[in-house]
Amino acid sequence: MEGLMVSDANLTVYIHPSMGNRIRGAILSQLSSLLFKYDEIFEGVLLAYQVDGRSRSARILPGLVPYFGVKLRASLLLFSPKPNMFIEGKVVKLGRESIHATVLGFSSVAIMLEDIRAEFKYKTRDGVGTFTSRYNKHHLIKVGSIIRFIVKSLDEEMLHISGSLVPPNTGCIYWLSKHEVDDASQKERGTKRNRADGVEENALEQDPSFFRSSKRSRPHESKTRKE
Amino acid sequence: MGIEPVRSDMAMHEVEDGYLSDSAVYSSIAEILGRVSKPPNMVADRDKDLYEQLLVIVSPLTRKKDLDEEILFVTALKALSGVVYKISNIYHASLLRNIFSMCIWDYGLDARIALLELIANLAVVPDKFLEDSLEMLVRNFQPPERMHEYICQSKWREEKKRIDGQLHETLCSITHLVPLAPVKLMGILRRRMPTFRTSKALLVSFVECMLGLESNEIGQYLQSTLLSMVVELLVDLDVNITWEDILKEDHNRSVFDMEVEDLEDNAEINSVGSQTVYRKGEGFGDLKHRMTNKLDSVMVIVCEHIKSSACDGRLVKIFETLIESFRRTVLNAHKSKFSQFIIFYACSLDPEICGLKFAILLTDIFVSKAEDPISRMSAIAYVASFLSRARFISSAVVSSIVKRLVEWCYDFCYLQASTERIKNPRGHRLFYAGCQAVMYILCFRMRLLMDIPELKEILFNLPLEAIFCHPLDPLRVCLPTIVQEFLRQAMAAHLLKKPFLSCHPNDLLESEFSKAFGGVERLDMFFPFDPYLLKHSDRFMRPNFEFWSMVKKTYSNFNSDDDLDDLDPDSADEGSHDGLDDEELADEDGEDDLGCSMNNMSITPRPVFEMATASGSIPIPSRMPARIRPSVSPI
Repeated sequence: MEGLMVSDANLTVYIHPSMGNRIRGAILSQLSSLLFKYDEIFEGVLLAYQVDGRSRSARILPGLVPYFGVKLRASLLLFSPKPNMFIEGKVVKLGRESIHATVLGFSSVAIMLEDIRAEFKYKTRDGVGTFTSRYNKHHLIKVGSIIRFIVKSLDEEMLHISGSLVPPNTGCIYWLSKHEVDDASQKERGTKRNRADGVEENALEQDPSFFRSSKRSRPHESKTRKE
Repeated sequence: MGIEPVRSDMAMHEVEDGYLSDSAVYSSIAEILGRVSKPPNMVADRDKDLYEQLLVIVSPLTRKKDLDEEILFVTALKALSGVVYKISNIYHASLLRNIFSMCIWDYGLDARIALLELIANLAVVPDKFLEDSLEMLVRNFQPPERMHEYICQSKWREEKKRIDGQLHETLCSITHLVPLAPVKLMGILRRRMPTFRTSKALLVSFVECMLGLESNEIGQYLQSTLLSMVVELLVDLDVNITWEDILKEDHNRSVFDMEVEDLEDNAEINSVGSQTVYRKGEGFGDLKHRMTNKLDSVMVIVCEHIKSSACDGRLVKIFETLIESFRRTVLNAHKSKFSQFIIFYACSLDPEICGLKFAILLTDIFVSKAEDPISRMSAIAYVASFLSRARFISSAVVSSIVKRLVEWCYDFCYLQASTERIKNPRGHRLFYAGCQAVMYILCFRMRLLMDIPELKEILFNLPLEAIFCHPLDPLRVCLPTIVQEFLRQAMAAHLLKKPFLSCHPNDLLESEFSKAFGGVERLDMFFPFDPYLLKHSDRFMRPNFEFWSMVKKTYSNFNSDDDLDDLDPDSADEGSHDGLDDEELADEDGEDDLGCSMNNMSITPRPVFEMATASGSIPIPSRMPARIRPSVSPI
């Protein structure tokens, strides 16, 4: 998965004099306050930190409040998703119009219908909804499966990612890991089949209005009289 | 919900036989939304009209008159929740405004479900409506204004429970999909949290709903915030009922008493006095009345919540939070009156863990040099009052804490302080407060400690005499009433060998030293867990509360326990176990031991006191909490 990195940082932590007798606790609480929040300086979200060492001397800063700055080195585990990165997440909700997933348990992802490639078709079996590939029935996405998707956009404050399943090497990671080797052949086969099915099939997949009109003409099971 | 009849103007895709399916409605609404997603001048008039019609259907203002309208509304909401990704906050601002200004209290069950589903779906669209959705849900924690009067009725209480449940469910489902939503929710709750000025109905429903949130999934993230917000609210309410208000009443009584007869206590006179104050109290601040009412109701909700979480086995976790916010807010609130009873109640549910933890925490604060003196002073006041009044705390705990306090006092006077005489009692107020706490606890607990041989031995080994004989002379500075009572009990139990009483003439109710020690406002006169005065929430505190009237004293038949066993503590419970008795303590003098103790242990209900509480129009029974006061006359 992209977007995760460990970086070494030289930091200066400013500590209030009231915490002067427990510097270590003060440093940790300062660093902890950064956790799970997007920080522009790090260009990402701090997931974990480890203080590697701190200088023995601390400087009292001039000013009204005599904060003192402690210099330290820390390694930080950062999560910095950017558009077009491949990210993995666990599906928590799946509906006809969208797939919702969480990345690393805290960042939420929504993939809307328009960002799910036409290969995937929504089906319900025994009341459980799945997105199943038309080309390989074993490639399916359901609640609980881990998917790889591409980042479309990102709300930094809430770490709310808008994802996309359009690129071909996205989808259920379990299936992808098995079939990555013959990825190329799979793609080829897909295009061949598309060509064989002809233009109509393509139109059906890509134009929702077409899809709707074809559906509407079908008889419905339950109806009430219109007034 | 199957297929619903839909107005023809809504339907863009009608099939010939006049039926319209759900999916057709969805797609038609999606189409309308899609067509108006352009700059306004490019939208065709027909589409504009259709969009306007949609707005009329999804409008917060029009009450749904009949079933058809309601069904139409529900269908529209369902359709919208299917196409949330089409909604843009630029082109559909008016639609969003309509949705987010809706009040779920206006609708029936189906409409509510549909609306909340729409809100939940909107919230999980990335980067758009999360804040608005949460804001809308939090706003609905409170019923709309027109319902304030009815909300207390049983029918609406049921409904409120249902609505609360639905709100919680929605918030949970949002959290499930957007794990960081609670962060945002926290900010919104802080912003929308009612203040102490809010009307009672609103306050109660908000707090109720908020605490409900604490017990479900969101509580994992927000527990500490939610509880501490409630405690802060309690403190806010608490400090707005000032001691002066209560003292004023007390003052009236004393003055009245003085007019009627001399001050020497006598049940008859006392009752006349309180009756009068009761009448006077009615005209007293209406504001204060409302404030106590609010505080009372919020206390009931919080206690019920603590009780239910104790049933779920989450008490210890909750207690951590409570104690944290107690330290931050209640402990340093000047002479807080009621909010501390939350902790008292939580402790009573699990004395072994919570009660012990609380007592130790307070003692730690008192002993710690790093804490500021004000916190230490109030911590010692709390520990004294807590150990004396909490019936659930075992004698072993009491004895170990008393031991720790005595050792601290001993160290203080023999290791730290010079051998100066009392010149500046203020300078050594921590020491005096510590001594007073020890005496106060022993006034309540000495008899119980004496009954257990091991604890008795510990007590007898304490260097009490050494402390009392020190030149700092705590017996002359601490509150004389406590000193008197303590000496009396200690003598009876042979805890002290020397006759200390001789140097304290009986008529000295308030020494010049104790006055110099800080006047009325001083902290050593603060007894946080004095009898609880709020009417409705009293039932939570009462069973575990030690009233002075029920305390077994060492001088009352120390050698024959059987006499005391005849007294049924329950009967004392139901009657007016009184605030009065503590005053009797103040007024009694060591004349006839037996007579006095009979008086103290009296369990006869006092009619007037009962009347004052039962008639109920004044929430604070017109008495001081039964504080031991240096003198009955106002200073």
